[in-house]
Amino acid sequence: MAASSDTGVDFRTRLQNWLPKLVLSPSLAVMLIFVYGFIAFTIYISFTDSRMLPSYEWVGWQNYDRLFRIREWNIALNNLAIFSSLYIVISTIIGLMLAIFLDQKIRGEGVLRPIFLYPMALSFIVTGTAWKWFLDPAIGLENTMHLWGWTSFQFNWIKDRDMAIYTIVIAAVWQSSGFVMAMFLAGLRGIDNEILKAAQMDGASNFQLYRRIILPQLRPAFLSAFVILSHLAIKSYDLVIALTGGGPGNATALPATFMYSYTFTRNQMGIGASSAVIMLMTIAAIMVPYLYAELREKS
Amino acid sequence: MAVASTDTAIRSSNWSRMLIYLVLLLFALFYLLPFGIMLVNSLKPLEEITGGNMVALPRTWTIEPWLSAWSTAQIGVEPTGLRPYFINSIMMAVPAVLLSTIVGALNGYVLTKWQFRGSTIVFGLLLFSCFIPFQIVLIPMARILGLLQIAGTTPGLVLVHFVYGIGFTTLYFRNYYAAFPTELVRAAQIDGAGFFQIFRRILLPSSGPIIAVSFIWQFTNIWNDFLFGASFASGGSAPMTVALNNLVNSSTGVREYNVHFAGAIMAAGPTLLVYIVAGRYFVRGLMAGSVKG
Repeated sequence: MAASSDTGVDFRTRLQNWLPKLVLSPSLAVMLIFVYGFIAFTIYISFTDSRMLPSYEWVGWQNYDRLFRIREWNIALNNLAIFSSLYIVISTIIGLMLAIFLDQKIRGEGVLRPIFLYPMALSFIVTGTAWKWFLDPAIGLENTMHLWGWTSFQFNWIKDRDMAIYTIVIAAVWQSSGFVMAMFLAGLRGIDNEILKAAQMDGASNFQLYRRIILPQLRPAFLSAFVILSHLAIKSYDLVIALTGGGPGNATALPATFMYSYTFTRNQMGIGASSAVIMLMTIAAIMVPYLYAELREKS
Repeated sequence: MAVASTDTAIRSSNWSRMLIYLVLLLFALFYLLPFGIMLVNSLKPLEEITGGNMVALPRTWTIEPWLSAWSTAQIGVEPTGLRPYFINSIMMAVPAVLLSTIVGALNGYVLTKWQFRGSTIVFGLLLFSCFIPFQIVLIPMARILGLLQIAGTTPGLVLVHFVYGIGFTTLYFRNYYAAFPTELVRAAQIDGAGFFQIFRRILLPSSGPIIAVSFIWQFTNIWNDFLFGASFASGGSAPMTVALNNLVNSSTGVREYNVHFAGAIMAAGPTLLVYIVAGRYFVRGLMAGSVKG
């Protein structure tokens, strides 16, 4: 009797010891299949001659070779460079400025902050719909200016091959600069006021305070903003679809729209897969060192 | 943000304060304008939009565009309005949000209170999945959904959003539970409480805020998703964002801008409502997803 209850306890403790791993293992399995297995599969496909359906005919680097000779892909990469650099820089500047301004004991901060941030709650499709029309010369901003008597006013970037990519920047900045503001504001509120007061006693000007004390302390916020914005930029898909559909022509194509159209509408799955791999590598180059550093700091 | 009370010690002159207020108000206008104008114009008859000024208030107020967008507008080939797609999105988002939150809570609990050799690596693997470009999984996912015979259905989308939501929910709960005193867990363990008992009696009762964050953030992400919806849901099972895009970018017939705007606001409605009601948690979710710890 005593012996059997002993093994019962043993079994229970052993189960208790295994439970945590047991609970975690389905998630791990799901990740290994749906994330890492899928990544491996897509990488494999990128080395095959898959067209409409996956094929397992190995063709080596041929897809990558062809990919970088396709004009639309080069346009997409070029656009991504323009879009992501402007998007990151402008969002950071606006976000930092709004955060610093809001931090000056502003009356009505409680009203302004949610106004700056609400676009982040919207779908890019909604943002795209709103801006598409706002920027449409026939009924939007240009037309309004004409009706108000400023007849020489021209703003037709969205119809202009060379300028359309900048309309994507405008809409994307509109959507996420408030978010950057929130990140910087949290950083600013974490700065010790005693240091600032001490520096003021020593006669430091406001500009010096910001340059020498405040901005350096915001470095983690800068880094996070950069990482988040760059990863959003590389993934950008919905906004382009809703705002310009990649047009005029393919003037606003981005890697994400290229991947989708080559894989699903042009039946060039091998090429599509190779473009997805390039996107993954770009994001991994930014995210892996960042995540590694974050995790190491913790432990 | 509760920290809002600790203002800066910086002092500024009256002139620069005026300038600051001016800039802040201009930006408030910049953020409000596109959506505000869309709202106003969704209440105008079409001819007032095409022949009039977008910033003018409607001369004739009408809710006709809203009714049309909801129940009669042409989406794709069917004149169903957006209502069925709105329901699709709810049927997709609610189970996916619940499932990913439950799993994330348990994962976070294990990763903080029952650490084992290699648990940091497991967390790293989960974390990286938050940031992959989903283009990398589209091709195999289409195959798997086909094999499971849920391609082009709402359950298929629930699966997809559940799977790719686990990383984020785990991150939230892990960071939250990391601050929870481990001594309480150990004490309960000595008293003979089991794995699930400790979770239910000790951690869960104080998890309210992080559950709210997880619900809101997952709901916002899933509701607003377009890529998965466009890739894996066809025709009648499409979510709201895909239906809205079909409505706005359909090339046939007269462009009924007012109907488009009403539809866009409907698509934005649920997440906007969540933001207005629980903005505090929304901001926390944004932060937790970016500044870890």
